[in-house]
Amino acid sequence: MNIHEYQAKELFEKFGVPTPNGEVANTAEEARKIAESISSNLYAVKSQVHAGGRGKGTFKNGYQGGVQIVKTPQEVEEAAAQMIGQVLVTHQTGEEGKLVSKVMVADAVDIEKEYYLAILMDRENSCPVIVASTEGGMNIEDVAEKTPELIHNELIHPLLGLQPYEVRKLCKKLGLSGDNAKGFAKLLKSLMKLFLECDCSMVEINPLVTTPSGEVLALDAKFDFDDNALYRHPEIAELHDPTEEDPREVEAAKYDLNYIGLDGNIACLVNGAGLAMATMDIIKHTGGEPANFLDVGGGATEEQVTNAFKIICSDPNVQGILVNIFGGIMDCDVIAKGIVGASKQVKLEVPLVVRLEGNNVAAGKETLKNSGVDLIAADDLADAARKVVAAIS
Amino acid sequence: MAILVDENTKVIIQGITGGFGGRHAQLSLDYGTQVVAGVTPGKGGQTFNDKVPIFDTIEEAVAETGATVSAVFVPPPFAGDAILESVDAGLDLVVAITEGIPVTDMMRVKAGMQGKNTRLIGPNCPGVVTPGTGPDSHGGCRIGIAPGYIHKKGNVGVVSRSGTLTYEAVWQVTSMGMGQSTCVGIGGDPINGTSHLDVLKMFNDDPETHAIIMIGEIGGTAEEEAAAWAKEFCDKPIAGFIAGATAPPGRRMGHAGAIVSGGMGTAEAKKAAMKEAGIVVAETPSEMGDALKRAMG
Repeated sequence: MNIHEYQAKELFEKFGVPTPNGEVANTAEEARKIAESISSNLYAVKSQVHAGGRGKGTFKNGYQGGVQIVKTPQEVEEAAAQMIGQVLVTHQTGEEGKLVSKVMVADAVDIEKEYYLAILMDRENSCPVIVASTEGGMNIEDVAEKTPELIHNELIHPLLGLQPYEVRKLCKKLGLSGDNAKGFAKLLKSLMKLFLECDCSMVEINPLVTTPSGEVLALDAKFDFDDNALYRHPEIAELHDPTEEDPREVEAAKYDLNYIGLDGNIACLVNGAGLAMATMDIIKHTGGEPANFLDVGGGATEEQVTNAFKIICSDPNVQGILVNIFGGIMDCDVIAKGIVGASKQVKLEVPLVVRLEGNNVAAGKETLKNSGVDLIAADDLADAARKVVAAIS
Repeated sequence: MAILVDENTKVIIQGITGGFGGRHAQLSLDYGTQVVAGVTPGKGGQTFNDKVPIFDTIEEAVAETGATVSAVFVPPPFAGDAILESVDAGLDLVVAITEGIPVTDMMRVKAGMQGKNTRLIGPNCPGVVTPGTGPDSHGGCRIGIAPGYIHKKGNVGVVSRSGTLTYEAVWQVTSMGMGQSTCVGIGGDPINGTSHLDVLKMFNDDPETHAIIMIGEIGGTAEEEAAAWAKEFCDKPIAGFIAGATAPPGRRMGHAGAIVSGGMGTAEAKKAAMKEAGIVVAETPSEMGDALKRAMG
């Protein structure tokens, strides 16, 4: 789960990670008032969407730049008026762009130097890892590729936590000393506490900056939380903004279905995450393009299958559907009944290929046969992929 | 032989009184597995389906029954504690089926297991099956949630992160008239107890395993590490498959661990590492059986 920049700033404040003065505004007038209360000679006005590349983005009304640096509260109001209620297109939003309903207004602090700082969960070592670099403000993946020696990793013991010597090592590598080193130590300690207590899977500050007055501040932040742990952080779960997501993904989540929309035209409905990925792969391998990832889980009910069908049928790009079920414990007849139930509620206008295998498969096939639902039966997964690709071409 | 478990293995089910745990405990009993105890705190003294005694603690269950293995079916908030209880009791193997355990919990559990002799498989896994010689492979050891009847006793070792994809591979092997020594689902979480590499080593040392199917998916570098080891040390033919070539980067594909991030953990990189190690890679999931045949020559 991702959150907005202003929400990240609020979390930072709660845990003592220093950030520039600033607040979120819902209207242009609010934006001006915030600027007046900050009282600086330079302000940043930032569109609040879950996408990178905001600064270089373009609004559909023609306004250039989802991040503006301006000099007066009046200019803050003008910039905010151009952003709020408008759709911003960046290299990460796709052509449809994202609606900006809030902007953050912050003191545009004097920057001495930019750094990169992140904490993430290192799966190979089963512990948090701090990633830091002097190359702040850039795409860290590019830095990792071109100058890997400028990226410094520090593995943190899962039970001992961050130790002072680890901070000293990082300061040395980043060239931080004096007040900057003290500020960095304090910030990193707070950030590690936040990372663990909030069950983050990643927190990234890019850039982290030092100022001429010796401060160390987080200028922008990106969070990713462990979905498995949200049950114990209701205050974080509340930060979830469904308007930032594919409506079909939001709908699927209501029924405990795992759905991810893709660009293709062949929808698939599968039980199990591994098999669902493999089904997408075989569609592509056979010359088709998968329209989605959809795992109905190991113990799906008839109702879930019906809703899964409704969701994939609501994608206008879908021209064919492949159902691939290996009913290990799951009863193939339950899936069959779900398909029949769904076909009664959703008018199926595209070819449907069904491959059932496993537990109670004979009954499942019988249910489908007797239902009168127009479908193409397949013997195995390769056969199913061939048939669905053939059916749409 | 086989690895990890056999028909004599005595098993405890943690969370036997829950719907999910109970259902699969019964399926394991039907398969012929020696489910000798259940553990649910507060329900000690009761009996599961008139057959299996329930205890409050693992310590008591082990003292009374001599069990050496447990399967964890308890809900995510309590699963880490359940695993550690079995580690504390000195069990040989804990198989954690539970899906949705917070990653920081698993991080602490794994750190807490350092220096102990217990092996953890999972979490978020289908479990372990060593097929038996009876009809539909009954009479073997089934720990977890895999369908027993798709197996057949034989000499192919199967290791995989995914559940249904494992069943697909097992079914292809069985349909070809071959069978499995042991099938191990290591689970789809980013932090787990046993890796592909750990299982490859066990299969390599197991005289009953003649060939191996290794199934991976996007995310992390565990498959690459296993392949690098196999290239140097594995004496047995290996067929492989990697799921997720078409998965968009940065998205979690159902499994918490199945994510390509920062260009790491792609299907292409994993397939290339496997091919480099002499592993025969199936291009589609329906060719896993064929890949195995080719690997075996």
